[in-house]
Amino acid sequence: MYEILATRMLAPKIFEFEVKAPNVARKAQAGQFLIIRLHERGERIPLTIADYNRDIGSITIVFQVVGKTTDELSTFKEGDKLADVVGPLGNPSELENGKKVVLIGGGVGIAPIYPIAKSLKEANNEVVSIIGSRTAELLFWEDKMKQVSDRLIVCTDDGTKGRKGFVTEALEGLINEGEKIDRVWAIGPMIMMKFVASVAKKYNVPTTVSLNTIMVDGTGMCGACRCTVDGKIKFACADGPEFDAFKVDFDELLKRAIRFKEEEKIAYERYLKGRGA
Amino acid sequence: MGNLPKITKKSVPMAEQSPEERIHNFNEVPLGYTPEEAIAEASRCLHCVNPTCIEGCPVHIRIPDFIQAIKDGDFAKSIAIIKEDSSLPAVCGRVCPQEEQCQEKCIMGKIGDPIFIGKLERFVADWEASQGIEVTPVKGKREGKVAIIGAGPAGLTAAGELAKYGYEVVVFEALHDTGGVLRYGIPEFRLPKSIIDREVEYIKRLGVKIELDMVIGRTLSIDDLWADGFDAIFIGTGAGLPKFMGIPGENLNQVYSANEFLTRVNLMKAYLFPEYDTPIKIGKRVGIVGGGNVAMDAARTAVRLGAEKVYVIYRRTEKEMPARIEEIAHAKEEGIIFHFLSNPVEILGDADGNVVGMKCIRMQLGEPDESGRRKPIPIEGSEFTIELETVVTSIGTGPNPILLKAFPGLKLNRRGYIEADPETGATSIEGVYAGGDIVTGSATVILAMGAGKKSAKAIHEYISSKKK
Ligand SMILES: Cc1cc2nc3c(=O)[nH]c(=O)nc-3n(C[C@H](O)[C@H](O)[C@H](O)COP(=O)(O)OP(=O)(O)OC[C@H]3O[C@@H](n4cnc5c(N)ncnc54)[C@H](O)[C@@H]3O)c2cc1C
Ligand SMILES: Cc1cc2nc3c(=O)[nH]c(=O)nc-3n(C[C@H](O)[C@H](O)[C@H](O)COP(=O)(O)OP(=O)(O)OC[C@H]3O[C@@H](n4cnc5c(N)ncnc54)[C@H](O)[C@@H]3O)c2cc1C
Ligand code: SF4
Ligand code: SF4
Ligand code: FES
Repeated sequence: MYEILATRMLAPKIFEFEVKAPNVARKAQAGQFLIIRLHERGERIPLTIADYNRDIGSITIVFQVVGKTTDELSTFKEGDKLADVVGPLGNPSELENGKKVVLIGGGVGIAPIYPIAKSLKEANNEVVSIIGSRTAELLFWEDKMKQVSDRLIVCTDDGTKGRKGFVTEALEGLINEGEKIDRVWAIGPMIMMKFVASVAKKYNVPTTVSLNTIMVDGTGMCGACRCTVDGKIKFACADGPEFDAFKVDFDELLKRAIRFKEEEKIAYERYLKGRGA
Repeated sequence: MGNLPKITKKSVPMAEQSPEERIHNFNEVPLGYTPEEAIAEASRCLHCVNPTCIEGCPVHIRIPDFIQAIKDGDFAKSIAIIKEDSSLPAVCGRVCPQEEQCQEKCIMGKIGDPIFIGKLERFVADWEASQGIEVTPVKGKREGKVAIIGAGPAGLTAAGELAKYGYEVVVFEALHDTGGVLRYGIPEFRLPKSIIDREVEYIKRLGVKIELDMVIGRTLSIDDLWADGFDAIFIGTGAGLPKFMGIPGENLNQVYSANEFLTRVNLMKAYLFPEYDTPIKIGKRVGIVGGGNVAMDAARTAVRLGAEKVYVIYRRTEKEMPARIEEIAHAKEEGIIFHFLSNPVEILGDADGNVVGMKCIRMQLGEPDESGRRKPIPIEGSEFTIELETVVTSIGTGPNPILLKAFPGLKLNRRGYIEADPETGATSIEGVYAGGDIVTGSATVILAMGAGKKSAKAIHEYISSKKK
């Protein structure tokens, strides 16, 4: 059992939890994720390790309520326990040094981009970060991102904060300013990563994305997380989760992401009803 | 003794749930022998002077002796004899391919039905369980600590044996539960999970510590294990990496590997969705590609999940099917439709990525290949389409990847499995042993168990010589 040490609401439907998991904290590196299970009847869901504290033996997760499991998780309180936390899973980010890098985090993707930004900064890269959300209210970790970035660009779709528009437009803006960018890292909704990839490709800036496919075991045993990269089948959990964005078949992934849509709806509605909501 | 044994050609059948009933539940299909039935079946054994049945058993259980004990009504003695050589009789009695092992070699098979050795083994193992778990406390501790990676049959057996030698044993398992394939692969209706729980409980009472949620190679490295003071390591990580066919449409939404399909249903209990959170989606018609035990398990699972039509698509004929005869018979009784000499060439989908059908081609058998089996060759122009909503691929697996990638010094064979001495499990690295599917490729429970046992003995010898 893994105890929840602290909980915080960052924005509507977005939560930050600190969880005691010394085995995971000991080895965690930027780019890796973990799998949690709430209780005996729970499913296994992957979440990025958004931060870790090796002294306390804790890890931080940030999640957005999108369905049954994440909603139920949001009702957990300090002192409650998760049945399982397993990790760190996936390959750590391949970090470079002395380069100019642009980090893009969209929506809840701001959380997973943070540890990568932090590590890249520590490795002497010039870090420019772009974070974006639909509206100002949903933005979080601006201060944390500022600390690990040489420059931080904030954007919102509706212009309630920072630059109005999508993160892709901010990226294109940077490129048009004549910035020489060595690599882009983008994490966010699948559709955002797809568009970042196509903008970056236009200007031929190498880009890494972290794929958030549906997973079960997270150890390369089931193939639920498979995706097509460079025309070949890859398992996001064991071969990724980071891949060369130009080689990923995003259209396939967009379809695979909603393969259990009806079942997810049944589970969520049943859960809300049971809770009397 | 003295007088010649009476020969009864017909075996005593084991009662089963009827097909009509069982397709609506996940309960075990064969119901077990009563003591009277077991004694009657045991009485058919001729107690051969040269019992060929023993040769057929990979771990050489003293078959005539345990059968004699059943005949005498001394079930406790019977199970004790079996346990000299097997640690998982309740499992092997159910899932061993007996008809090509012990029973295939049984002399009675030449004149009538062979003795149902597996069913008798199951009977005494279940009898023992009904008496409650008894653990003889381990006599005398020995100095030494062993790490076991993977809680499948190989790892669990090695752990139990080493604990009996008196060592401190810790099992590290990546998943949130024990058993390996026994838990996530083989369905409840063939191997009830309560049997695995019982075996694991027994091993724990021997003093073995089991740590779940531990992916060795990620959560802990091999170097961490050495640093934690382990004297030896046994690797039993299995062959769980699913292979795919490499045909168009394989990443469509309702294409599952057999491992994903079975893991969702067995480990995650998707058959109880939404009571349990993990979903499974199958539609009305399901196609299973492959002809092994795994394919039969997937097909029979699909029936129980409510599929109206379940097809098995296999590229050779029924004769070449690697699945157990009993499983093929069960599948047929449950209404599964077989397309032999057929091979998928493309999975068809709609605009949303959902499966709508599968295009197959008919095959004919040509010359025997290296394996001695006749090679299937496609018949040009013979394509046909099956309409279906779900495809489960069951065309084989490779070695579990994570540990091997994190252990570069370890010597692998040409197929990518760990190279290990067949008698001891010793690998290219001192103190590191391996056994089960991670060495042999996908094989059987009894072989994995046997390998775990042999390695335990070798590890015992290794540690004792080192500690001298
Ligand atoms: C490597 C990785 C890292 C991730 N990191 C984060 C993170 O840091 N924060 C965060 O909020 N989310 C993250 N996700 C996504 C997160 O796993 C899903 O939001 C969560 O599983 C939804 O579960 P649910 O029951 O609440 O919603 P559901 O109603 O079950 O599903 C809503 C949507 O979430 C996705 N999803 C459902 N089940 C899974 C599953 N088992 N695995 C992956 N996706 C699934 C599907 O696309 C689905 O349409 C990550 C996913 C991956 C693969
Ligand atoms: C569906 C199906 C049906 C079968 N039916 C039969 C049958 O009827 N009869 C029969 O004899 N055989 C059958 N088999 C084969 C049999 O189950 C296997 O040969 C046997 O389970 C192999 O045992 P093992 O201990 O080597 O590996 P496994 O059972 O595969 O166990 C390996 C364990 O190691 C864990 N692991 C992997 N990597 C790591 C890591 N890095 N760190 C920690 N843990 C790790 C895995 O999670 C798993 O729990 C079947 C197999 C399948 C898939
Ligand atoms: S272990 Fe398997 S092969 Fe050996 S006697 Fe038992 S059923 Fe037969
Ligand atoms: S070969 Fe058959 S009949 Fe002979 S001892 Fe073995 S089980 Fe009995
Ligand atoms: S989640 Fe099962 S293989 Fe990746």
